[in-house]
Amino acid sequence: MSDTVQLPRWIDVGALPLLNLLLALIVSGLVVLAIGESPTQVVEILLYGAFGYEEAWGYTLYYTTNFIFTGLAFAVAFHCGLFNIGAEGQAYVGGLGVVLAALYLDFLPFPIMLIVAILAAAVFGAAWAYIPAYLQARRGSHVVITTIMFNFIASSLMVYLLVNVLRPQGSMTPESEQIAEHLRLPFIHDIAAGLGLEMASSPLNLSFVYALVCSVLVWLFIWHTRWGYAIRTVGANAVAATYAGIEPGRYIIMAMMISGALSAFMALNEVMGVQHRLLIDFTAGYGFVGIAVALMGRNHPFGIFLAALLFGMLYQGGAELSFEIPTISNDMVVVIQGLVILFTGAMEHMFRPRVTRIYTAWHLRRRAQEAA
Amino acid sequence: MDNFELVILLLDATLRTSTPLILAALAGMFSERSGTINLALEGMMLGGAFSAAAVAYYVGNPWIGLLAAIGTTICLSLLHGFACITHKGNQVVSGMAINILMSGLTALVGIALFAQGGKTPSLDHGSRFQPITLPGADAVADVPVLGSIYSELLSGHNILVYVAFLAVPAAWWVMYRTRFGLRLRAVGENPGAVDTAGIGVVAMRYRAVMCSGVLVGMSGAYLSTAQGASFLQDMTAGKGYIALAAMVFGKWRPFPALFACLLFGFLDAAATRMQGVILPGIGEVPVQLVQALPYVLTVVLLAGFIGRATPPKSLGRPYVKER
Repeated sequence: MSDTVQLPRWIDVGALPLLNLLLALIVSGLVVLAIGESPTQVVEILLYGAFGYEEAWGYTLYYTTNFIFTGLAFAVAFHCGLFNIGAEGQAYVGGLGVVLAALYLDFLPFPIMLIVAILAAAVFGAAWAYIPAYLQARRGSHVVITTIMFNFIASSLMVYLLVNVLRPQGSMTPESEQIAEHLRLPFIHDIAAGLGLEMASSPLNLSFVYALVCSVLVWLFIWHTRWGYAIRTVGANAVAATYAGIEPGRYIIMAMMISGALSAFMALNEVMGVQHRLLIDFTAGYGFVGIAVALMGRNHPFGIFLAALLFGMLYQGGAELSFEIPTISNDMVVVIQGLVILFTGAMEHMFRPRVTRIYTAWHLRRRAQEAA
Repeated sequence: MDNFELVILLLDATLRTSTPLILAALAGMFSERSGTINLALEGMMLGGAFSAAAVAYYVGNPWIGLLAAIGTTICLSLLHGFACITHKGNQVVSGMAINILMSGLTALVGIALFAQGGKTPSLDHGSRFQPITLPGADAVADVPVLGSIYSELLSGHNILVYVAFLAVPAAWWVMYRTRFGLRLRAVGENPGAVDTAGIGVVAMRYRAVMCSGVLVGMSGAYLSTAQGASFLQDMTAGKGYIALAAMVFGKWRPFPALFACLLFGFLDAAATRMQGVILPGIGEVPVQLVQALPYVLTVVLLAGFIGRATPPKSLGRPYVKER
């Protein structure tokens, strides 16, 4: 179709995703109507729950932290043309790294521990991503299937370790020992109190700052280093990359390992920041939502931040929702998530032809007027 | 109880645990052989299980429940098709979206309708699929070995178990011995050639995902109205993914997929009986290891260490007609 005009950037990365998001929210509203509640009331409670009071902000940003990490993780692999569905498992195993470091190296002072914990999470997460990456790069097994399998393998492995190895003697619940007090990530409200500022207490902790740092680092890496360039080249066209002297396998493995490490950083927030111990299934689906976050954010760190904020809001507002309206459980948020992924991810091209046609018509008419 | 009896019981349980896997794996096969990745099996199964249990509860008839389940999963398949085939959206993302959506929606609607925390009310005798005693099963029950194999292992399952096992040769026949099957496979390998031959690629792929919907609907109904007596939140617990693994393990072919399902079903049945059992010479086998085995085996197969699993050539690629 040569008679169409290239869409300007603001439509491509701004208007189209918003249009899809709007559709997802409209359908969510219909679901709310169908179960006999009022959508406007739901929106009100959601927004109030997410931003209405100071504590809510803290919770919203705490959820946002997880989504930034998993969203970045998906995006890095995606730039290399890979679908890393394994963020869930990589974060789970990353949590093991964090908790092992914090429990067995508890003599370290906090600043050193911080670095050790980040490294431990990165190494464990990257290692878990390495096997699917290697199999994709060298043996051609599809990374989607292998990462799904690795999620389940991670889950079984961690249940085994938690029940048989990490569980303290005499305890019945399958969870690890508590991390020593001085090794936990400080809460933002504690830091603020130290600076003389009054803040409502919330689980928001230092890892949020680290998530922002990672966003900048990912942006630098993808668009301003030669490895990032190579990764994007492989993602765009692996054959062309080969002719350009870039060996795709190497960069597939690199992108997947970085992706695994980024997913694993989620454990810093959950394990070291909030729960202070390793729990069964602490990843709670954040890894999967990361797919939606990255797709909505067009795989750009800034977009990912905005999308992560949206999902953080949905999570926190949704928790409020289930308090206020008993017939609407937390599952409403899961439904909205599903719809957002469906409309912004799977059906992202739905409006494109129509919008392109409208824009082209408008553009041509304007040109004709200018010429006249 | 002697060992023979134990083995019979274990195999009996294997048949029951592998039934939903077989139906779902065949469902995945129909979709994927036509070129559409179907990660949505898990979510569709969940949707089917919920519809079957809810409708069977209201109507009091498991057959109507089964129809409702199939209706639901066909709708979900069409949704998947609408995203992936019509709008050329990403098939992996669409599948994951349906899984997440159904995990939330079934619980939400369940709470709205029945207010039992996402569960549907227990079904009574008449609204579930009941065990069928095969002819002569009671008469031969006392015959040693063969008699108990017939009366305990083969007889006494509900209709969906038999349907699942009959569906395998049926799927094989459709896939390899009919024109429909030939076109379906062709559309997954080389859609361009099919299009050139004057057959609509889009229509063909839609038909394939609908076949997929029918089969996965039955597996959902089996979970909630045959094996269980109600729908429970997230009751599929990864069975859709295991079925997917079985399909890959079976190299996208009906009979190998059946054996993979039986193997995975056997591991599942064994895992529940292995708890705390100490095997001579090995010690206690961790249950989690047995549970993870299907996934490990699938990865090993995909890595090319046991044979080679080659997916359909155009799997995951939307068809763009040349202009």
